[in-house]
Amino acid sequence: MDVLTQPWPWYISGPLIGLMVPVLLIMGNKAFGISSSLRHICAACMPSNITFFQYNWRAQSWNLIFASGIVLGGLVAGYFFANPHLILLSENAVNDLNAMGIKNHEGLIPVELFSFQSLFTLRGFLLMVVGGFFVGFGTRYAGGCTSGHSIMGMSNLQLPSLIATICFFIGGLIMTWFILPFILSL
Amino acid sequence: MSKIKYLVLGFIFGIILIKAEVVSWFRIQEMFHFQSFHMYGVIGSAVMVGIISILIIKKMKVKTIDGEDITIEPKTFNKGNVFGGLIFGLGWAMTGACPGPLYALVGSGLLVVLVVLFSAVIGTLTYGALKDKLPH
Repeated sequence: MDVLTQPWPWYISGPLIGLMVPVLLIMGNKAFGISSSLRHICAACMPSNITFFQYNWRAQSWNLIFASGIVLGGLVAGYFFANPHLILLSENAVNDLNAMGIKNHEGLIPVELFSFQSLFTLRGFLLMVVGGFFVGFGTRYAGGCTSGHSIMGMSNLQLPSLIATICFFIGGLIMTWFILPFILSL
Repeated sequence: MSKIKYLVLGFIFGIILIKAEVVSWFRIQEMFHFQSFHMYGVIGSAVMVGIISILIIKKMKVKTIDGEDITIEPKTFNKGNVFGGLIFGLGWAMTGACPGPLYALVGSGLLVVLVVLFSAVIGTLTYGALKDKLPH
């Protein structure tokens, strides 16, 4: 049963992610990308007269269906066949987490930070709501996320995607090294 | 309905995301602390496979299963790539997730991530409303 629940090494999962690019192109000439689903959700669910959401989102429904599929994939791999063992982080990572006060490394995300209870703490609110807001705002402003720019865009050798990816990383590094330690201490 | 194929592909992608652990806040932190090659290996090898596959598609003029030409829209640079990229990066480090992993995490039973996803939708909504006032 272990073979079904154990995580895959990067040289297996990475190439498989990369294969999503040609598969989606061959299956229907679709450009691999996820963050546009956030825009389609807005266009579909929130009637407004904002021009950004006035387009034929139904023509992009494949993207919403794809996102729904991701949820189901998460259910099977992340719930029914969840890895019962601790995630195999590097020793330095484990030490850093402990030093940050994050002692429980079970599961995929730290329950100490992400829970409905912690949502009502300043720290939890910042991480989940403000963090989420940045993800939604930033990906659409950038015109893509790690899938659309970093994987699809860079696979097509698009310079804007390389620039976006570099900025993703710079933003992440700034947060991780300079701001997150403060947020985690709240 | 031909759209079912996208449900299946999304399903497969969701499984890969979980198995790759790219959905894990722990892994994203580890990545930004340069404490493991894992995430770099995932993204790097994914891009390499993507590059090679697109080269093959272009060279051999591969068509879709319906016989249509494959065309990929080029991306034009705008300042949003930079400003939006930085903002997304901030959020990525805070939540440990980009949009794909958000869906996978919700599916895995971590219902609190619906809050993050909802916040992301509001973020996109806000971008749409403010778009004309932002530098592009």
